[in-house]
Amino acid sequence: MTFYLQNTLGGLAYGGLLFMIASGLTLIFGLMRVVNIAQTSFYLVGAYVGLTLIARGTNFWLSAAVAGVAVAVLGFAVYRLFLHRYHKQELTTVLLTIGLSLVLQDLALATWGGNPRSVPPPAMLAHSVTLGAVVFPSYWLALIVISFLTAAGLWLFQRYTMLGAVIRAGVDDGEMLRGLGVDVDRSFYFVFLLGAFLAGVGGLLGGPITGAYPGLDGELLPLAFAVVIVGGMGSLTGAFAGSLVVGLVNTFGKALLPQLSYFTIFAPVAVIMALRPQGLFGRR
Amino acid sequence: MRRYGLRLSLVLAGVAILAALPTLGLPPYYVSLFTQVFILGIAAAALDLLVGQTGVVSFAHASFFGVGAYTVAILCTRYNVSSYVITLLAAAAMATAVAALFGLVALRAEGVGFLIITLALNQIVWGLAYQWVAVTGGENGITGFFRPPIGPFAASNVNYYLYALAAMLVSVAVMWVISHSPFGLVLLGIRERPRRMRALGYNIWSYQYAAFLLAALFAGLAGGLFAYYNAFASPADLALPLSTQMLIMVILGGAGTLFGPLLGAAILIFLSNTFSSLTERWPTILGIVYVAIVMYAPEGLLGIAQKRLLPSLNTWLRLRQRREVSAAKQSESPGDAA
Repeated sequence: MTFYLQNTLGGLAYGGLLFMIASGLTLIFGLMRVVNIAQTSFYLVGAYVGLTLIARGTNFWLSAAVAGVAVAVLGFAVYRLFLHRYHKQELTTVLLTIGLSLVLQDLALATWGGNPRSVPPPAMLAHSVTLGAVVFPSYWLALIVISFLTAAGLWLFQRYTMLGAVIRAGVDDGEMLRGLGVDVDRSFYFVFLLGAFLAGVGGLLGGPITGAYPGLDGELLPLAFAVVIVGGMGSLTGAFAGSLVVGLVNTFGKALLPQLSYFTIFAPVAVIMALRPQGLFGRR
Repeated sequence: MRRYGLRLSLVLAGVAILAALPTLGLPPYYVSLFTQVFILGIAAAALDLLVGQTGVVSFAHASFFGVGAYTVAILCTRYNVSSYVITLLAAAAMATAVAALFGLVALRAEGVGFLIITLALNQIVWGLAYQWVAVTGGENGITGFFRPPIGPFAASNVNYYLYALAAMLVSVAVMWVISHSPFGLVLLGIRERPRRMRALGYNIWSYQYAAFLLAALFAGLAGGLFAYYNAFASPADLALPLSTQMLIMVILGGAGTLFGPLLGAAILIFLSNTFSSLTERWPTILGIVYVAIVMYAPEGLLGIAQKRLLPSLNTWLRLRQRREVSAAKQSESPGDAA
């Protein structure tokens, strides 16, 4: 029982950090048909920038916010200089962002070195919570709460604001939206910035769990994609559900089959493809 | 036969030169680079069968290449198999078997869904190779095996160069025949007009599945050859960056040209070996090269040659002909008027 509770909480926390990456990935794809491989590079850069700030004595939460803004600026440059020309050209965007992620990865290596860094959780959350027989780092609980709040915030934003409505309509039928005279470009920029910001913030917030090291971006990539496949492309609700599924499967896989842990995330992907190729919340 | 006469003789001349190079004093470093080009050329051409011919973009190609490499390494180290035929056939068969499983999952999706799923699948295979230490040796990979003699010949680097060249020739010849066969033309039709092909009664899924398996078969073979070449199999042989590199070889050379990817493989391998010894920041340069190719040369070198060079050459010839004709007419016309 302890085992299951422990891993369930761990899986939810991991799912939470996956959501910070995958929410942007799925919206960017849904709206612009741009596959942004560099999304996990954004996460890594966010973690490094945040770490640098913390090392200079900045508060954890402030560092996370600044890391998010820094990565959002990076995302703006990437979108403005390269990606905005290649909407709906999936292969082009994949290869382009792979090239960019190579550059980012290498420059990160040059700037911050190759040694793995661990990210200390903020002091007020650096202890453990005891729930019956389960001892659990309180930071993980905080991460679960933060990611749930983020998901709720995004959902409310998409449901009740004008820009959110434009984004939802753009995912369904961008051309018709343009035809109605809506300035769709503004929503493209907004979504790309938002996606980069969330990944950057997620980098530091998820840091106490994943750490930061060269190659982390490549390791998170299949997990983030598994989330998008399971949840359905373009769906925020799907990204949330998919994050929880993949987070849980990944955590239990690591605990039960340590040598095959990477392989276990294949299971939900295969099941979804067999039964519902468009994903849990995706549309054909 | 006559239709391909010129091209065939060009190819034969090229092969003769390549085969003669080591005896003409090609330095060992380049012998080794060319061997890499031949081996990765097989894999890149096979990927082109899928990407260029069928229009299906797979990011799982390195996983089949790597499965082939590990198959050879495991057969050599644990079962002491010393026959190229057995190990390489096994490599191709294993890769095809893995593709048979992956194809079932990935081909449920179309277009970008397929692309993303193959990408995830490749990463998963990499993770498996990295973590399943008992079978794959984990991060350290598998060492401790060497090339057996090639028939009556010693397994020297030069002989292996020739062996890899022969393997590339046979593989590419087979792929050429396949791509020009009725089957290959159906693949081309699926790339160009999937709906029309469906309406004509072709089962698109099974053709795409077959192309996926074929590409994996040759990738597995190439991976096996690569394991022998390195006397080593490691997670790098099936990592996503290799899948990307193979795709870039295809695109750089020209997707759908079959020979272009060989050129792409040569350029990328020579570039990476030159620059990676010159600068530590080689990945940055490689990333910039990717971006530049995608933005400025998406048709690839052979594609550009076919689309721009040949037509402009033709136009030039036609213009010259016309000019000569009109010049001839002009020189005649004064006489007519008089």
